[in-house]
Parts: sequence; C-alpha cells; structure tokens
Amino acid sequence: MGEVIVITSGKGGVGKTTSSANIGTGLAKLNKKVVLIDTDIGLRNLDVVLGLENRIVYNLVDVIEGNCKIKQALIRDKRYENLFLLPAAQTKDKTSVTPEQMKKLTDELKQDYDYIILDCPAGIEQGFKNAIAGADRALVVTTPEVSAVRDADRIIGLLEANEIKKTHLIVNRLRPEMVKRGDMMSADDVIDILAIELIGQVPDDESIVVATNNGEPLVGDNSLAGQAYMNICRRITGEQVPFLDLEAKKGLFSWFKKK
Amino acid sequence: MKITDFFKKKSSSDIAKDRLKLVLVSDRASCSPELMQKIRSDIIEVLSKYAEIDMDGIDINITSLDAEDNGGKSAPALYANIPIKNMNHNSKL
Repeated sequence: MGEVIVITSGKGGVGKTTSSANIGTGLAKLNKKVVLIDTDIGLRNLDVVLGLENRIVYNLVDVIEGNCKIKQALIRDKRYENLFLLPAAQTKDKTSVTPEQMKKLTDELKQDYDYIILDCPAGIEQGFKNAIAGADRALVVTTPEVSAVRDADRIIGLLEANEIKKTHLIVNRLRPEMVKRGDMMSADDVIDILAIELIGQVPDDESIVVATNNGEPLVGDNSLAGQAYMNICRRITGEQVPFLDLEAKKGLFSWFKKK
Repeated sequence: MKITDFFKKKSSSDIAKDRLKLVLVSDRASCSPELMQKIRSDIIEVLSKYAEIDMDGIDINITSLDAEDNGGKSAPALYANIPIKNMNHNSKL
C-alpha cells in the first residue's frame, strides 16, 4: 500500500512545484514507484518543470470525468521509468473536481504505486481541499519570510483540522550568508515559530533556475539544493539523514573555486 | 553572540520573528478586529456598572501566555488593563 503525500504552502511562489518535481524524481531515483499529480487545475506547471509538456494527451479532469483510464493519462518520465505524471487540465477550473473524487483516485493509485505526490495549488479554497482530501501526510513548503511563514501556519492549522496528522516542514530558499548576519530567519527560527518538525532545508541555489530551464529536476546531483532534496526523499522513506550544514558546504565549495 | 552585538540594533530576522509571533497569536485565536471590538465594549459595559472607568487608559488585547507560566506551552490569552477612576459603591447589586 502506497502513501499519498500532499505538497502545500498557502502562499504562492515558495517552491511547491519545484519541490514536488524534485521529491517525485528523487523517490523514483530511490527505486520507488511514483505518481506525481498536478492538482493546480487551470494553471498547470509541473509538466514543464519535469520537461514533459509535449507528451500530454489526457489530464486529471479526463480521468475524473471518465474520458480515459488512469493508465492512459499517466505520462512516463523520460529518465525514470518508475516515475509518472498525471497533469492538470489547463482549460478547466478547480470546481471540475471534488474532494471525494480526488480521494477515490488516490486510493486507487495507492494500490499500485509506492508514493503519490500531489502538487497543491496556492490558496486555501477548492483546489487545496481537493489536494488534501486523500492525503496521508503533508509537506508544508515555506520560505524564511514573514508572509510565507504566516500562510504556512494557517495551512498547518487547516491540515490539523482535516486530520492529516503527519505534517513536516520544508524551509526553502535559505541564504546562509544572510542568516549568518541576522538578516534572514534560519530554519530553526521558522520551526520555533510553527512548532512542527523539519524534514528539509533547501538553500537558494541558482542551479534550481537552470534545472527548471532545462526541464530536468536536479535532485541527487552535486548542487547543494540537489543534495538537500535527495536528503528529503530519504527521510520520507524513513531513513535518518543528518541535515546539511549549508554554511560549511558553501565554505568548501568556495575553497575549491579559489584553487 | 559577539560583544559588539550588544551595541547593535535588533537584527531584521529578530524583528521578523517578533512580528510573526504577534500576528500568529491573533491568527490562531481567530480573533478578528470586529470581534475584539465587541469583546472590548462588552467588558466596558459590564465593568461600568460597578466602577467609573478611565476610557483613555484601556488596553485590551489578545497576547500569548509565556511558555514558562503555562507548563512549557504558549497559549493565547486575553490581556486587559483597565484603569478605574472611582469605584461605584451605589451600584445595584
């Protein structure tokens, strides 16, 4: 029996889709069978981040409405044969799907796959309700900014109210040099405020932009963000992995650069 | 912490943390400004039966109870500071 994980944040633009793409790909790298579902109906993006935008035939709404079978709509990733994408519909809106229908879909997928990762839209309306309906656990993505942390707190409250008990935090776009000089909250500061457990801290890394340009998630490569996402995936599978020392790694890299 | 930090002003991340803590207390208590205003006027109405209140000095707000005073858990608390000008001893009890 697989696990359904929703990746959510409340606020837009904090890295939900990037995190979904990297976590899905990373879990596939760990030889898990993974389905990524883009639940942002009307604003689909996960397909381009994964570089699969040219292969879409059917979408989530087609599956829900019974226009096709689930297997027909699942797009196999170009690099990892055990990774699949169920894209969002681009020409419909969030009301095309109900929470009950989403739960039925994820319950069905759980039978055949190890992980079902749901990329949640921003906001707390219908799209959010659809995305969390069948979730066993949640990963809340935030950045170390007051607006994102405030929204994350609201989301955590709503997840609790919907009885999703396993909720972890990803602090994204950390800039160690700013944290060091006291101009950015650290991951510890954020978890202190939100009072939930941390599952990953991802540095603000230029390689993310390059990876998105290329449509190839960087999880597992040598970049700091790539390592951070791989560690998150290993923690999801239950492995104990120490947190990266973002500052020390940076020091090491700059040492190499100088040579 | 370096010695020089004592002379420096608060860092912006500390300001962010303090602001967040405050805003989350009222968010979590789901206490809207309208509701707060209602609580405020009800409290004043009740107290006015027994005492003459200094309206300018009233301070009523939702804050958080310090973790130390609450068994390690911080919780929202209604903080009210209401100066009394005169006790109204003729009030009908």
